[in-house]
Amino acid sequence: MKRRSLKNILFIALILIPPLIDTVPASEKTITCASTTSTENSGFFKHILPMFEKETGINVRVIAVGTGAAIEIGKRGDADVVFVHAKELETKALIEGYFVNRYDVMYNDFVIIGPEHDPLGIKNAGSAQEAFRRIAMADYPFVSRADGSGTHLKELSIWKVSGIDPKGKWYLEVGQGMEKTQRIADEKSAYTLTDRGTWLATKDKLKMIIVFEGDPMLFNQYGVMVVNPKRYKNVKYKEAMLFINWLISEKGKKAILDFKDRHGNQLFIPNANVMQEK
Amino acid sequence: MYSIGEGFRKAFQLIFSLDAELLGIVFLSLKVSGLALFVSSVTGISFGAFIGLKQHPENAKVLRALRWLIISLMNTFMGLPPVVLGLFLYLILSRSGPLGFMGLLYSPTAMVIAQGILAFPIIGALSHSAIVSVDPIIRQASMSLGATSSQVTATIIKEVRYGIMSGVIAGFGRVMAEVGAILIVGGNIAGYTRVMTTTIALETDKGNFELALALGIILLILSFAVNMTLYLIQKKGHKIN
Repeated sequence: MKRRSLKNILFIALILIPPLIDTVPASEKTITCASTTSTENSGFFKHILPMFEKETGINVRVIAVGTGAAIEIGKRGDADVVFVHAKELETKALIEGYFVNRYDVMYNDFVIIGPEHDPLGIKNAGSAQEAFRRIAMADYPFVSRADGSGTHLKELSIWKVSGIDPKGKWYLEVGQGMEKTQRIADEKSAYTLTDRGTWLATKDKLKMIIVFEGDPMLFNQYGVMVVNPKRYKNVKYKEAMLFINWLISEKGKKAILDFKDRHGNQLFIPNANVMQEK
Repeated sequence: MYSIGEGFRKAFQLIFSLDAELLGIVFLSLKVSGLALFVSSVTGISFGAFIGLKQHPENAKVLRALRWLIISLMNTFMGLPPVVLGLFLYLILSRSGPLGFMGLLYSPTAMVIAQGILAFPIIGALSHSAIVSVDPIIRQASMSLGATSSQVTATIIKEVRYGIMSGVIAGFGRVMAEVGAILIVGGNIAGYTRVMTTTIALETDKGNFELALALGIILLILSFAVNMTLYLIQKKGHKIN
């Protein structure tokens, strides 16, 4: 009996010991980047980060959340860099002293997607405002991310210029990331606003189509900035700046330009202008 | 268009091709959950034994009330919603929080802490109830045979090891299935804090059902293997007794 229980203990130890080893790797040359779901989930970071790492030896860990949440993470000092797309919000946080050194990095655009048969004929709308107004007037289901993301902020600004206060049973605030919001819109045959990158990455899994695009209002600028090292001493400022400088360098621009999704679509267009630091 | 049958076929393909990313995620899951389970087992069993075995000849009434309070708290925390724990841990571990200087947020360590806290009350409460169910004769007998108090404790724990093991297995189920808390404190960082459950949640959102299904199947197989082991050990235990 004694030998048997010893065996049992040994057995349990064998299950439990391996996890003890190597759970926390060394992290000197690592920075944390809070970013938006669109950059991570489209495969963008998977494409550019290995190049940057190879060149500098700096490993970038990406926390993919909505833009609003990413900026909050930066404000709390839980990341070194934020890479987001809501210029107004970014500039505000910059002025408040939470961040320094903001640069434009790249852009693409937002599109309105909806059910295949486009029941409201949004295709013929003259502007994004008009498209939104038609949806609201018809009380037709519209799915809003409602999560403080860059896409959500853009959506709110379109409602605002349309003079509509989106409320009612037709306006579904889901509080989810872009992919999930698209899936909900798909299941409910609703309309929604999405960034083109995510759309291109997910469209073959959805029954939806682009019903409206091309309005200058739907321009989608991505920017990068570093957490103010004066606020949080632990911020890896030097490494973070290497990352930013690489992103806006010719090499970084080329890497962004070269990034295609698996169908060969161009997802982002670099537009960094080193002179226009804000 | 997506079909479930096709999804399963691709999922099995992924599993059998031993996809490197998939394996990394599975190993990280086992690492984080295993470590959390180890820590909560050691602390939970000791705690359960301490509460269950401590004799209080004087002040018995007060101490009995205290014990009742502790057990009730443990039972309450057995049902602690992971997202609530995630929120508290987030605020505590954040750079702007009281333990921010340790830089633990968005690391596997933070996930181990979260899962350990979730499993502790389950293992502690189940160990306690197993230990108090021991026939007092065993205690008296070993004491009359001249055992020291730690020897008595060891004898009793050995006596109820299968009951305690059930607690550990229940704790294992809790940590392996967990997604809410580790998503908040781990950040779901690819290759660093992305584990099976958080990957399933993410890939389902992205519509990559094959990878989500593959991980789901692996998760089920692992749970089955652990339960099978428990069953075999318990069967052996009955034979001995």
